[in-house]
Amino acid sequence: MKVAGVVLATALALALQTTLTGTGAVDFVLVVVVYVALTSGPVTGLLTGTLAGLVQDALASGVIGIGGLAKTIVGFLAGIIGTQFIVAQPLPRLVVFFAATLLHAVVFHGLYLVLNLRQFGSAYAAIAGQALGNALVGVVTFQVVELLPGVVERRRAAKHRLRR
Amino acid sequence: MAILDLRQRAGYLFLAVLLGLVILISAQVNSKSGVPVLEAAVFGVFAEVQRGTSAVVSGISRAWSGYVGLRQVHADNERLRQRLAETQLALQEQRALADRSHGLERLLELRHRTSLRTTGAEIIAAGATPDFRTVTIDKGARQGLMTDMAVMAPAGVVGRVIVPSGNAAKVQLLIDRNAAAGAVIERRESRAQGVVVGTGNGRLRMEYVSEIADIVVGDVVVTSGIDGIYPKGFVIGRVEVVEKIGPAYKQILVRPAVDFSSLEEVLVVLTPPEGREAAREPTP
Repeated sequence: MKVAGVVLATALALALQTTLTGTGAVDFVLVVVVYVALTSGPVTGLLTGTLAGLVQDALASGVIGIGGLAKTIVGFLAGIIGTQFIVAQPLPRLVVFFAATLLHAVVFHGLYLVLNLRQFGSAYAAIAGQALGNALVGVVTFQVVELLPGVVERRRAAKHRLRR
Repeated sequence: MAILDLRQRAGYLFLAVLLGLVILISAQVNSKSGVPVLEAAVFGVFAEVQRGTSAVVSGISRAWSGYVGLRQVHADNERLRQRLAETQLALQEQRALADRSHGLERLLELRHRTSLRTTGAEIIAAGATPDFRTVTIDKGARQGLMTDMAVMAPAGVVGRVIVPSGNAAKVQLLIDRNAAAGAVIERRESRAQGVVVGTGNGRLRMEYVSEIADIVVGDVVVTSGIDGIYPKGFVIGRVEVVEKIGPAYKQILVRPAVDFSSLEEVLVVLTPPEGREAAREPTP
């Protein structure tokens, strides 16, 4: 059930990433990887990162495995952070998503640079913008997922009271 | 029990996955062959998903437009936009033809030149990662698309086909950091040649320009045709920034003629450029 949820979330993120044009400021797939890692731990985080990264690499025009490697590292470390620290408030979550995006960019761009496959130039502003975008989307996702069951419960209770 | 062991040995699993990915990357970096099999297969399958997603999204969008009573206006608008797009492309083609015939007249050599054969395609998906500026179109190898075919819009050059699958193709946009096109300044007094490369941030940079070349802000940059991909004379963009250090050009930035953020339909040039056309013809 949980595996199906993770696969579905990853597929949805990929569909969003490839369907919505002009979403360069947010990497939805990375948001899903960090979310899964924080909620399910390092093993699920790293496996989600590997799977999502490889599929994303295959759909992009780069070397297959570089995005997978970057997302595996991010998923594993985010999972470790999720199990070792209490990351239950919006601010710590914002920091984790922001730092995860920076780490992903360092590994991803760094590997391309080291292997002399591609030059990314001084993309600091773009990376910072993407980190902020990912952090905001990640925190909002957490809030929505956590608030949704409560809202549904309250609506049901209110309907019950009205009927009586 | 096995799952429990797996969780306890997260570190080993992490290292094993990393090792696997490093081997995967190494294999690709060393090989000089074309498109990796995994990329082509995953792209082919996911293109169908993208086509479905795009069909659902556009279906909902069209149903809503009809619902609010703008169906006729919408259809008229679409038809007129299509006609305008075709006219703009024809205009560009005519301009390229006129430019070419001027040169040929000067050489007292007139040749018959066939017009470009194109096919219209719809963009069904954006790039899978923000680091690569690519789009997916709804035409592929079955419609005659091949690698390195030029992709144009009425406003100018869009990019080139890099991965054609059965019914879809991945297009590398000219603004991608790895994209480049042979370019020339259209102004008759200049005709400075260079190479336009993508910067990844929506702008283009013109490189390899002679220091004695005459380039000013506002100059129109068109394809030179020397790259064997893009036909000659199609608009790339307009010079936006010219920075010089002494006699040498430090930086020439070009604003693309095409608005890549609102691109919906494109034209794929099926006619190969002159140089490649000869190369493709079978030898008797």
